[in-house]
Amino acid sequence: MSDDAEAPGFARDGNRLALHGALTTERIGDLWNPLLKAARGVAVVDLSRVSALDTSGAALVLAAGGEAARLEGAGQGVSAVLERARDALAAPRPRPAARRLPFVASLGAWTVGHGRTLRDGLGFLGEALVLSLAVLRHPRRLRLNDLLRHVDEAGLRAFPLTILLGTLIGVILAFQSSASLSAFGAQSYIPAMVGVIMARELGPLIAAVILAGRTGSAYAAELGTMTVNEEVDALRVMGVEPVAMLVLPRLIAGMLVMPVLTLVMNLSGFVGMGIIMNMLGYSVPLVTSQLQQWVTLGTLGGGLLKAAVFGLVIAGIGCRAGLSAGRGPRAVGDAATAAVVGGIVATVLLDGIFAVLFFRMSW
Amino acid sequence: MADYPEVLGLQTRSLREPVVEAEGIAMAFGTNTLFRDVTFQVERGEVFVILGGSGCGKSTLLKLLIGLYQPTAGQSRILGQNLQASTGRKRQALLAKLGVMWQSGALFGSMTLLENIMLPLEEHTTLPPQAREEVARVKLGLVGLSDAADRLPGEISGGMAKRAGIARAMALDPPVLFLDEPSAGLDPITSAGLDQLIKDLARDLGTTFVVVTHELQSILAIGDRCIMLDKEAKGMIAEGDPRELRDHATHPTVRAFFRREAI
Repeated sequence: MSDDAEAPGFARDGNRLALHGALTTERIGDLWNPLLKAARGVAVVDLSRVSALDTSGAALVLAAGGEAARLEGAGQGVSAVLERARDALAAPRPRPAARRLPFVASLGAWTVGHGRTLRDGLGFLGEALVLSLAVLRHPRRLRLNDLLRHVDEAGLRAFPLTILLGTLIGVILAFQSSASLSAFGAQSYIPAMVGVIMARELGPLIAAVILAGRTGSAYAAELGTMTVNEEVDALRVMGVEPVAMLVLPRLIAGMLVMPVLTLVMNLSGFVGMGIIMNMLGYSVPLVTSQLQQWVTLGTLGGGLLKAAVFGLVIAGIGCRAGLSAGRGPRAVGDAATAAVVGGIVATVLLDGIFAVLFFRMSW
Repeated sequence: MADYPEVLGLQTRSLREPVVEAEGIAMAFGTNTLFRDVTFQVERGEVFVILGGSGCGKSTLLKLLIGLYQPTAGQSRILGQNLQASTGRKRQALLAKLGVMWQSGALFGSMTLLENIMLPLEEHTTLPPQAREEVARVKLGLVGLSDAADRLPGEISGGMAKRAGIARAMALDPPVLFLDEPSAGLDPITSAGLDQLIKDLARDLGTTFVVVTHELQSILAIGDRCIMLDKEAKGMIAEGDPRELRDHATHPTVRAFFRREAI
C-alpha cells in the first residue's frame, strides 16, 4: 500500500490472464474496465506476481475471474484476502423491491394512507382541544414559563422581520398602484386601497407566512428532535402528557402572537404607504383620514380574528409534524418541511373559507 | 506515582514499524487539563486499545490522533506524517489512509448503506460507478450486512449501524482504522461478533486498529496492547498487554478497572 508499490497491470496469453503489481483501492481505478474486458473467456487467472491485494483489488480479481476461471499462484496473504472477499460477495443480497401495485390498488393505498394521516391529525386536534379545556379547569397544568418563552420567541423576536416586510409591502403596493391610479386621477384613494388590503388580507397572510417559516419549522424541529431522542416517550412513561407540556404552550403562544404580529405588519404597511404618499405630495392628515374612513374596526377585527386562527393552526401543524417525526436527522428535516408547507397551505385554505364566510355575513 | 505509567507485557514485541505515534501529547480546554505527556506507538497489524473510565479523555485523544483537534503540547504522527501539520492535498492523501468508525455510526441518513460506503470511493478513487458498487458490496459483506445494502440508516439497529460504520471506514482499505466505542450499547452476542470481526480483519487484511473502549470483555478479547488513561492522574497510568495488566498490575485504579471493583 506504500506509494512506491509496483504499478498494477495484466497480460493475456491465450486462456491465461496474468496479473501483476499492487492491486489496491487507490491504484485499480483505471485498470477496472480494461481488465474486465480482457478477462472475458479466460480459464486461468495467474496471481503469482501480485505483490499486494486489498479487498477492493480482490473484488476486481473475482469479477475478472468470474464463475469459471481458476485462480492460481496466490501467496498466503493474497489468498486470505481473496477468501474473505469471496465470502463477503457470496452473502445473500437484498431482495429486489416489491413490484409496484397496479393503478387501482395504488390509488386505494394512497387513499388509505392519507385517510390515516387525516384521522391522526384530527385525533391530535381533538386531544389538544380536550387538554385545553382541562387546562381551563386546572390552570396550573399550563407551564407559564414555557408559554412566556414561546411568546417571546414567536412574537417579540419576529418584530424586526415583520416591521421590515410590512414597510416594504406598503411601499411596493402604494408605488405600484400609484402609476395605474394616476391615469384616473385617483391617487388619493391609495391609502384606502392599501389600508383595506393590508388589514383584511395581506397583513394576516404575510404574518402567517412569517410564523410558519420562523416558528412552525422551529416547533417541528424541536419536537422532532425530542421525539428522535425518546424524550417524548420519557414524558409519557413519567405520566406527563406530552401534548399538555409541549404542545399547549406553543398553541396558545401561536394564537396570542399572531394578532399582534398582524397589527405590527399592518401599521408598518401604513407607514410604508404613507412615505410614498408623502413623496407624491399628499399630506399626512389626508392619508390618516382616508385610513380612518376605510379601515373600520370591523375590517381590522376580521383580519385579527383570522390571524388568531392562523396562529393556532400553524402552531398545531408544526407541533404535530414534530411529534410524528420518524427516526434520524432526516426525519427532523422532513418534519420541518412538512410544518412550513402544511402551515402555508392551511393558511391559504382557511383564508379562502374566511373570505366566503365574511362575504355571507356581509362583514 | 514515580513508577507509573507501569509497562507490562511488552518484552516480546518489537515496535519497528509504527503506524500511529504519539509523543508527549497534552490536551487542555481552557485551564482544564485533560491529559498530559501521553506517549505510545502502534505497530502495523496490531489492535491497540485506549481505555479508561468515563471523562478521562479517550475520545478526545482519538479525535486528536485523527487530526480533528490540535494538541496543546507534543505531536502525533500517522504513517510517519504529522496530520495536524499537513494541509491541502497532502492532508487529503493522508486522510484517505485512515478510516474512522464513530460511536454513533455517523452514517448519512439520506443515503442507503451502500451509498454511504460508495461516497469515499467516489471522492478518493477513479473507480468507475459499477466498480464502486461492487467494492462497496464487498465491504458490506465483510461486516455481514450484504442483505441490508439498500436500507437507510434510520431503518437498521444500533449494532448494524456500528457494523456499517466499520464498513464505511474500510471503504478505501486504509492501513489504519480508528474505532470509537465499537461495543457500547450492544448486546453481548452482537458485541462478541464485532470483536471477532475486528480480530479477523486485523489478521486477514493486516489492518491496524486503534480502539477506544471501556468494555472490559472487548478489551481482553481484541487488544494486543493498550494504554490506560486516568482522570485523576491526567494522563497514562498503564501500558501493555491487557491480560498482563489484568493479572499483574499494581496501580490501584488499573487493578480496580480490570477487576470491576469500586475504588
